[in-house]
Formats: sequence, C-alpha cells, structure tokens
Amino acid sequence: MATPKEMLTTWDKVQFGAVLPAFEDPEHKVRSKFHSYNYSVADWRVEKPVFNRELCIDCDFCWVSCPDSCFIVEEVENKRGKKQAKIVGINYNLCKGCGVCVDVCPTPIKSLLMFPEYIDNEEALKQWPKKD
Amino acid sequence: MKKITNLKEFACTPDRFQGGHRLCPGCAHSMIVREVVNATDDDLVISTATGCLEVCSAIYPYTSWDVSWIHIGFENAAAAISGAEAMYKALSRKNKLYNEDRRVKFVAFGGDGGTYDIGFQSLSGAAERGHDFLYVCLDNENYANTGGQRSSATPIGAHTSTTPRGRVSYGEKQKKKDLTMIMAAHGCPYVATAIPSTKHWKDLATKAAKAISTVGPTFINALSPCTTEWKFKPEETTEIADLAVETCAFPLYEIEDGHKLTITYRPKQKIPIEEYLGRQGRFAHLFKPENKWIIEEWQKNVDEYWDYLQRREEAGV
Repeated sequence: MATPKEMLTTWDKVQFGAVLPAFEDPEHKVRSKFHSYNYSVADWRVEKPVFNRELCIDCDFCWVSCPDSCFIVEEVENKRGKKQAKIVGINYNLCKGCGVCVDVCPTPIKSLLMFPEYIDNEEALKQWPKKD
Repeated sequence: MKKITNLKEFACTPDRFQGGHRLCPGCAHSMIVREVVNATDDDLVISTATGCLEVCSAIYPYTSWDVSWIHIGFENAAAAISGAEAMYKALSRKNKLYNEDRRVKFVAFGGDGGTYDIGFQSLSGAAERGHDFLYVCLDNENYANTGGQRSSATPIGAHTSTTPRGRVSYGEKQKKKDLTMIMAAHGCPYVATAIPSTKHWKDLATKAAKAISTVGPTFINALSPCTTEWKFKPEETTEIADLAVETCAFPLYEIEDGHKLTITYRPKQKIPIEEYLGRQGRFAHLFKPENKWIIEEWQKNVDEYWDYLQRREEAGV
C-alpha cells in the first residue's frame, strides 16, 4: 500500500480512506500556490491596522478575533517554561481592514490603531498617541 | 480531548483554516470555523454545505482549508459527513486504514439556511442514525450568500429582502425556530450554543473540543453576526455577539444526553433588548412609535426563554 505522502500528491492518486494529516509543526507546512494563503486581499481595504510592539501585552485577543488569520505569531517560552504565543506582526496580504482587532485591543493606549493605507508604518508609529 | 487552558497557549496552534478567503471584512464565520478546527489535534474530515463559507473559502483554484474538505449541496452536508464516517468505520473494521494510529474526526459546517431549513432532513436523519460527527451551524439569521432572504432563523421584526419593512409590513412576522432544543430532542449526546467573541472564546473552544471528542452526533449552534445583512460596522462584530449574550437574546448553554441543561454563562446584569436591536440597521424601523409593540414582544420572548432555561437548569431534567 502506498504511503500517506504518496497518496496525497495529486488528486488522481488519492485512495479511499486517505485523510490529510494535521500539521503539528508549522514549519513543515507546505502551501502550494493555489493555497488562499498566497492570495492577496490587500486591495480590499482603505484603512490598515498598525501594530505597536512596545505597547502589546500579548493577550492574543486580536489573534482569536481576526477573521482573516493575519496575525503572525511566534512560539516563545515564558518564565514558567510554558509555551505562549507572541504577536510579531500583521500579514498585510491577508488583512481586509475590518478593524475588529483594534476594537478588541484591551491596553489603555491601544497597541493597534487604524491608519489610512497611504501612511508608512514608521510614520504611523511616530504619530501614536502618548500618555498624558 | 485537547486541553484548552489559556489563550496564549491556544494561539500556538497551527492554523488549519487560513486567511485569504473572500468572506466580508469582519465576518464572524471565519472566527468560529478557525476556533472549531483548532480545538482538536486529531485529523479532520470536513463537509461544508453551500453557503457563504463554502463559496468564499474555495474559489477556484484557491482553497483555504488545510484539512480534508468536501463541498456538498445545500441539503446534504450531514448526509455526506455521515457517509464518510460510515466508510471510515467500514475500513477500520476491515483493517484497511492507511494510518491506524491516528484518529479521524468528522465535522460538518452549514449556514442557518443549510441547517434550519434546507439541510434539516439530512441533519435529523444523521442524528437519528447516530453517526459520530459534529455539526456546526453558523447562524447569521438569513440567507446572506444570496442577498439576505429570510430563513426560519430570522427573528421577529427583522428586515430582510423577502420581508421588507415599509408602510404595510414591519419585517419578519415569525419567531425564530429553536433548533438547539430540537436537536437536543433527537437525543444527541451533546448540544450547545456559542458565539465568537474575545470574552467567550474559551466557551466556544471548549464546547468544540468537547463536542468533537464526544462519541455520537453532536451539534453546536453558533451565532454569527453578519455585517452586511444585519447592517452594522465591520469592527463591531464581536460587540454585537457579546450584546446578544448580555441581553439574553442568544443565551449560552449546553445540553448533555438530550436532557441535562447547563447554562455556561450568566450575565451579571441583564441589559434591555433595545441595546442589541438598536445597534443593528435591520431593526431600525422597530424604534418608530407604531412598531413599539414588537420591541415589547421581543423583550417578553427573551425574558420567558431565559426564565425557562433557568428553571430547567434548576430542575435538572
């Protein structure tokens, strides 16, 4: 019998009962050019969210509520040796600019804010509201 | 059953439903789907009924799914998944599984049109035959994919394209069908309601994990606020979902073995229903003086249902 990998190469080699395995390791995830991950919906938006790493407390609320899975997370270990997700950025290819992430951000000065599409990210970080 | 402790750990799960799909900005469908498919480590087989989710996540030649996935007609998502599950059982009986040490779980997604109305016969049949699968209803209370027609999930007074508001009509005239209770009456081992929100993310994830690990037909009814047809701003999706729970318009509860009801979240203070209705454009006409009775009717229905749930939980029947 063919191995799972051989079974799942092309559609005409798929055999009865073959199931796509879960991806335990995100590094080994292979995305073909026909995966919607490689499609760009960036032209949908007029405003973009800008992420400020300095104010972020890694609550991951934006990750769980983002409809387009555009938050890039990195797995890090915390002080107690448990794994936790650290938000490192936004994938602007996938973001449609809905603004849910800004709405749910819980920090006193939001670590995510909407800016017009034409403003540079560095420029936006300079315009960030300051503490009184 | 996958252990879900906190969001920081849960966020490390590699996504099995990717972005780049063409759902509307701020659509709650993808939030629900992502949490459900991430709530288990087992391999998944998914069938999706025709609807917003299927149309937007599988536009040729692109796909958003990292799991085995089939698109099936409007009416037979549950029939397809029960067929796949029956085949899986047959193969395992004959020792023909290609990967015996891995378990495979079966999940079906349907919109409210494909669950409440069109797909109800196949869902009822699959639940009655007792296949081992989870059915998730993404309930946005209308046929949003085809232009917002009414479905039997549309609540009273809502403006849809087939129940328009105007001089003569005040919108939808019927109450919402209580599908969760109907599925519980089938004797399903696990039935629950859920919403996508940051406050209740764990509620949804644990319910999904529990439902997937339960043997037998299970059902989750997830409210999915629709920015396009409910007419609110895209960024308010989670707020609207939260309000639906805080006003008890969509209470969160679970039913085990068809009778044991547990309310999983009790709002500390029940907010009047006007808060929830006033945020949505589809209910804007209810605030005219001549339509005031509909809001009173809404409040009465909500209070009665919340009372019923509490009494049923107390009685434990």
